Amino acid sequence: MENEVLLEVRNISKTFPGVKALDNISLTLRKGTVHALCGENGAGKSTLMHILIGMYRKDSGDLVFKGKKVDFALPKQALDAGISIIEQELTPIYDMTVAENIFLGREPVKLGFIDYPRLNKMATAVLNDLEVRIEPTQKMKLLSLAEIQLVEIAKAISYDSEIIIMDEPTSAIGEKEVENLFKIIDLMKKRDKGILYVSHRLKEVFTIADEITVLRDGKHISTESIKNMDTSKLVSLMIGRKVGEDFVKENSPVGPTLLSVEHFSKRGQFYNISLNLKKGEVLGIFGLMGAGRSEFLHALYGLEKPDQGEVRIENQKVKICSPRDAIKNGIALVTEDRKKMGLVLTSSVKENISLASLKELTTGLFIHEKREKLQVVDMVNKFNIKITGLSHLVKNLSGGNQQKVVLGKCFLTAPKILLLDEPTRGIDVGAKREIYKIISSYTSEGYGVIMISSEIPEILSMSDRIVVFKNGSIAGEFNKAEANQENLLHIAS
Amino acid sequence: MLNMDMNITESANKFLGNKREKYNLKNIYANYGIIIVFALLCLILSFASPYFLKEKNIVNVLRQTSINGLLSIGMTFVILTGGIDLSVGSILAFAGVVGASFSSSAFAALGGIVHPAILSFSISLLVGMVLGLINGSLVAKWRIAPFVVTLGMLSMARGLTFIYTDGMPIPNLDKSFLVIGQGEFFSIPVPVIIFALVFLMAWIVLYKTRFGRYVYAVGGNEKSAKISGISTRLIFLAVYGISGLLSALGGLILTARTTAGLPQAGVSYELDAIAAVVIGGTSLNGGQGTLVGTFFGALIMGVINNGLDLLGVSSYFQQLIKGAIIVIAVLLDTLQKGNKD
Repeated sequence: MENEVLLEVRNISKTFPGVKALDNISLTLRKGTVHALCGENGAGKSTLMHILIGMYRKDSGDLVFKGKKVDFALPKQALDAGISIIEQELTPIYDMTVAENIFLGREPVKLGFIDYPRLNKMATAVLNDLEVRIEPTQKMKLLSLAEIQLVEIAKAISYDSEIIIMDEPTSAIGEKEVENLFKIIDLMKKRDKGILYVSHRLKEVFTIADEITVLRDGKHISTESIKNMDTSKLVSLMIGRKVGEDFVKENSPVGPTLLSVEHFSKRGQFYNISLNLKKGEVLGIFGLMGAGRSEFLHALYGLEKPDQGEVRIENQKVKICSPRDAIKNGIALVTEDRKKMGLVLTSSVKENISLASLKELTTGLFIHEKREKLQVVDMVNKFNIKITGLSHLVKNLSGGNQQKVVLGKCFLTAPKILLLDEPTRGIDVGAKREIYKIISSYTSEGYGVIMISSEIPEILSMSDRIVVFKNGSIAGEFNKAEANQENLLHIAS
Repeated sequence: MLNMDMNITESANKFLGNKREKYNLKNIYANYGIIIVFALLCLILSFASPYFLKEKNIVNVLRQTSINGLLSIGMTFVILTGGIDLSVGSILAFAGVVGASFSSSAFAALGGIVHPAILSFSISLLVGMVLGLINGSLVAKWRIAPFVVTLGMLSMARGLTFIYTDGMPIPNLDKSFLVIGQGEFFSIPVPVIIFALVFLMAWIVLYKTRFGRYVYAVGGNEKSAKISGISTRLIFLAVYGISGLLSALGGLILTARTTAGLPQAGVSYELDAIAAVVIGGTSLNGGQGTLVGTFFGALIMGVINNGLDLLGVSSYFQQLIKGAIIVIAVLLDTLQKGNKD
């Protein structure tokens, strides 16, 4: 059965100075279907989406929406016509409430004033649809990243548009919220909406998509029904060469205990966390949103002071009261949100990578610039960061390259223990594999990694052991052989 | 393995040797636009007034620029961290009269004893730095907005100045004190030499030391800086301390030039200093900007003042024109950087 065509993209091209971002792209979105758009970073997905919502203007080609040619000059025109988007970059107004954010610019008005009771009621209705428990009167700035993303999803859905574009809608939320989102998507399919879905999580794509279009380097590579596609085929289409199975951490010998944490507690965040990390081990931390995983990692790194608890490194008791203490003791942290808590976006690649190691790079009063450059170049090569010069500003890099800069900064401090919080969020398959490889070879040198990940395949393939957090406590522990998707989710929820 | 090492060296050379990437037209404009503006301004003024390029006038411009230049250097450090220092004019005045009081035979409260100039200078600089550090500690420890903290200090330091002097000038300064404002060295005024030396030192601190990197990092993203193990509080504390210290130095020069400690000195000097920094392309959001930009920003301010005087423009019109030039300069900079967001 062929559904009615909702949107047709015909031979669209777009050139930016020096780059052909889109080269003659066509695709068809039908009513009541989910069309997945796949490709690595820089494949042209974002550009295409931005043209669809009127953010960019196309150079050539046609856009046919409900049988009529359209050409949106402004996002508002696209929105009014019936195309809304869940953006990858979350851009809430932090000082407004959840309800105000969802209905920004569409507030119900009574006698010239905003009708707050109605506004909050409307917001509650949308959030309930998503089975999300967030107060509509809550200020955005008090929400976690995951909750903010859920609000953005609610906002996009609340427009009741014909087409909803979802750009990495699940990058920050947990498995349970993802399931709820998928339920909503099913509902929208039944209501004859069309959904253009972009995600790096291929499993999601196979769960909900009806059709898949693959882009690579701005070119259309293939469009297939989901029935004719499998993961390895999709990945090879995306990166243009055959790849084997997903990357799995090479078994490295697990040595004596490197780090042990005892009775770590902080009121309202996590309770009585005791765990240990062995040399050569990757310890995965799994849990749903709000389980206290990041908070625990932050306390371990000295960003927050725990109420009680004790840390030992190689059997020596250590006191970590600040990130400085952590770095001194050989601990490095890669935070969940690289833009907010990882990079200095206004500074260069070089300045970012060397930032945490300047003490070692200083002789006398001055920074030893030649040594700094050599060591930074070393990291740029190790992580295969794609730049043409060290003076490149970090804000101009792609997500994957930015993440590698953060990793480079951490590795330059020569840590013994690496704390990773969602290390591959929102980055492409190629960059992910490179990062997995580096983690793997890092542990094989006898170092240890604690990794938080909400991506089940990732945590399963990379961890030697997995602890599951639930409501701030450890709810279970699995070794590599025991762990699987079902028991992780079962324990976590 | 050998092959990999080769690769590293190759790409290291690529990065290290690749200085040419900087020299395209757009980058030249981005990096040196302010110098072009300065040169154009000088060109125009040299046609408008035959006196402008005379040696005497150039020295005069430099001398007049030196005090604002010193304040602007301190202000650059502060603004790079995302802060602002409104108290520089008042600190300048207070440190100035304190310095004067130790070198004046007319200051009754201290018995009219004339101390060696070096002692007066040291006390004055210390006073300026301490007031700056008070600003810094309020910003760093108690997280009060820099605008509010330094607005308070603007008023308090001015009040202290009037209390200390009872509102009267402190005349009869020792000759050795006056050197710092009126002296010449190979016919270069001492204030100009001080400005040049301080600029050089500040440049080295900002671009060759860890501290300088930390200033940029803290201003660019405080959280990231903290996670990278930087003691962000110390950085905040230090930049306000530097600003206070340089304000005091400016106060000593001004006092020596006017041959008396004047309680009303330096009123609204903070605005000229902020203008110089902003004209120089430094972002008020922190993390972005250069000291060279500030240098030319201060020179541009100096040249405008001087040029308008030479052309006989009335002081009422001078204010109007200066204000317009500041806004236009920043507008041009913004357009060129393409800061559309």
